[in-house]
Amino acid sequence: MSAPDLLAFAKAVSAGSIRVIDLTQTLTQDFPTIVMPPEFGQCAPFRMEEVSRYDERGPAWYWNNLTVGEHTGTHFDAPIHWISGKDLPNNAVDTIDPRKFIAPAVVLDCSKEAAADADFALTVPFVEAWEGKHGRIDAGSWILLRTDWSKKAYADYVGLREDGAHTPGPTPEVVKWLVEERDALGFGTETIGTDTGQAQHFNPPYPAHFYMHGKGRYGLQCLTNLDLLPPKGTVIIAAPLKIKQGSGSPLRVLALVP
Amino acid sequence: MTEPLKRPKRKNPLKKTRLPLSPQGIRSRTAHGLTAAAAQGRFALQVCADCGTVLYPPRDACPSCLSPRLPYKDVDPRGTLVVETTVRISTDPYFRERTPWRVGTVKLDAGPMLVAHLHGDAVEGGRVRAELKLDRSGAPVVIALPEKDTPNMADDPQLRELTCDPKFRRVLITNGRTAAGQAMAKAFSEAGASIVFVGIADPWKPFPGMDALRGIERVEIVPLDLTDTESVTELAEQNGGRVDIVVNTAEHVRAGGIVERHGLTIAREELDVRYLGLMRLAQAFGPAMRARGADGVNSATAFVNLLSVHALANWPVYGAHSATEAACLSAAQCLRAELRPGGVKVLNVFFGPLETEWFQQVPPPKVAPSQLAKAVIDALKKGIEDVFVGDVAEDIRARLAVNPKALERELGS
Repeated sequence: MSAPDLLAFAKAVSAGSIRVIDLTQTLTQDFPTIVMPPEFGQCAPFRMEEVSRYDERGPAWYWNNLTVGEHTGTHFDAPIHWISGKDLPNNAVDTIDPRKFIAPAVVLDCSKEAAADADFALTVPFVEAWEGKHGRIDAGSWILLRTDWSKKAYADYVGLREDGAHTPGPTPEVVKWLVEERDALGFGTETIGTDTGQAQHFNPPYPAHFYMHGKGRYGLQCLTNLDLLPPKGTVIIAAPLKIKQGSGSPLRVLALVP
Repeated sequence: MTEPLKRPKRKNPLKKTRLPLSPQGIRSRTAHGLTAAAAQGRFALQVCADCGTVLYPPRDACPSCLSPRLPYKDVDPRGTLVVETTVRISTDPYFRERTPWRVGTVKLDAGPMLVAHLHGDAVEGGRVRAELKLDRSGAPVVIALPEKDTPNMADDPQLRELTCDPKFRRVLITNGRTAAGQAMAKAFSEAGASIVFVGIADPWKPFPGMDALRGIERVEIVPLDLTDTESVTELAEQNGGRVDIVVNTAEHVRAGGIVERHGLTIAREELDVRYLGLMRLAQAFGPAMRARGADGVNSATAFVNLLSVHALANWPVYGAHSATEAACLSAAQCLRAELRPGGVKVLNVFFGPLETEWFQQVPPPKVAPSQLAKAVIDALKKGIEDVFVGDVAEDIRARLAVNPKALERELGS
């Protein structure tokens, strides 16, 4: 086998025959950050303080200092984020093998189901039916859940009601199955977390976190533009910041589509 | 009888805004005893500890017995207006703009004669009560009010010059999510504020009382997040020129001390919400308020800080919270000096534990949000600078005055 032609790849990207689709939400102050009970520690929302703007604080330059949490905006979850992944090797954003940051993705379109039911939870039969149409999911793939949630106004996006958040996600069975039977690299969603809004009532609670991170797999959340991706054939570039023992990181997620 | 204040006409945006001026506010160190009383709405004069003579103006030696022991004490404010005069021409730039101005001589029942500003309903030869007020320069002055309340008396122009009455003014309440913020919105609406802007952060996050808040007359919900500089700046850019009173209801209460706290996440949050929030608010709204201190009937008039009384003395059970409140108090003192040239007062409202979920384990007495709101309105109507609300706050103030070290030990045990 001859060496892959990276120059041809770069030319294809430049010419547009390989399209680059940005799956990232803009980091802004008003984009919702996950809400924990108020007595717990909270993830910092995105904040920006101007250091100077061509003024007495710095006459020829403009720059800002930022505040973010590791789980603010479009972000990556590393296995160390969850207790089930705390003792795995290479489980933090700085130690994950960088090869994992470029990988194929499948897109499971649940937008109709989620539109009908905010608590829609992905099941194994749903994925099997998908495979019936598009073929078996390749090992080492990102599983991206398209719900069109990223198109919603913030109040509906977060879905907070009297009994907590109502947003779609996966069932415990499907997450376990994706890891064990399909060797998934990770699970990605448009919602504020990889799990459903009501996932504390599952057994185990927060299954996407519990199973994915427990087996050294990753999470992506607050994605957008999943509706622009084909069901199969996409390659994802998702490289988190190299934060010492980081549990996750805001990042730019790019999809390469032929 | 006082002519009731008319709702100010809409301002012609092309007209120049009158700049604030200050009356001459120079007072001796001894005379700041009057400042202290006026700041809290008390009527206190020097009373000779040796012969009992009540003194005015302040002196360093008793004119009767030459004693230097002249502590300030609350005295009977009642008296008779002996003579009045109306100033029609003044060389003082502040009073030139405000003539005709009535002044008079009051003979207090307690003894001394004093020169006072006159309320319109105080008549020569009639009975009056004297009140100490802070004028636009922050200096203590005496105004003689009619002995009993008269209709619309708060609308008297000379009295209104010394107060921060919310009537026909536009108020910004910075956080409407809290019980205190909601009580404040209701109280200002009832006090006749012409617009009650109420800030709401993260509008996607529902909160109790939302519908009731929207239902209050003249309430306008505005997006405002005190932890976000851009949000505060944007609101000031849009509405900063028509906010006459700012009431900072941002709240962040968590139990725990310094060693008892695990890490700094909560400490950063409380500093961000409270101390940095105050700075953001002051930087965004302060300059326009300071420039609008003489802008007619609805001039900018007050910046209100709600502070835990434990800003004055740390309560280790809520120790990190107390420290943040102390930072806010210090910032408020700075702000007071910075806003004074505009004649804008900074009102600090001190209170003990509130009747909220964050003081669930604390036994009564606690301060009801409505009680806090009422105290703020009363304080603004009086034009005072420091007010203590509820038994805990009063208790801390009294103990602090007697023995700060004892109080520190007692709060820490």
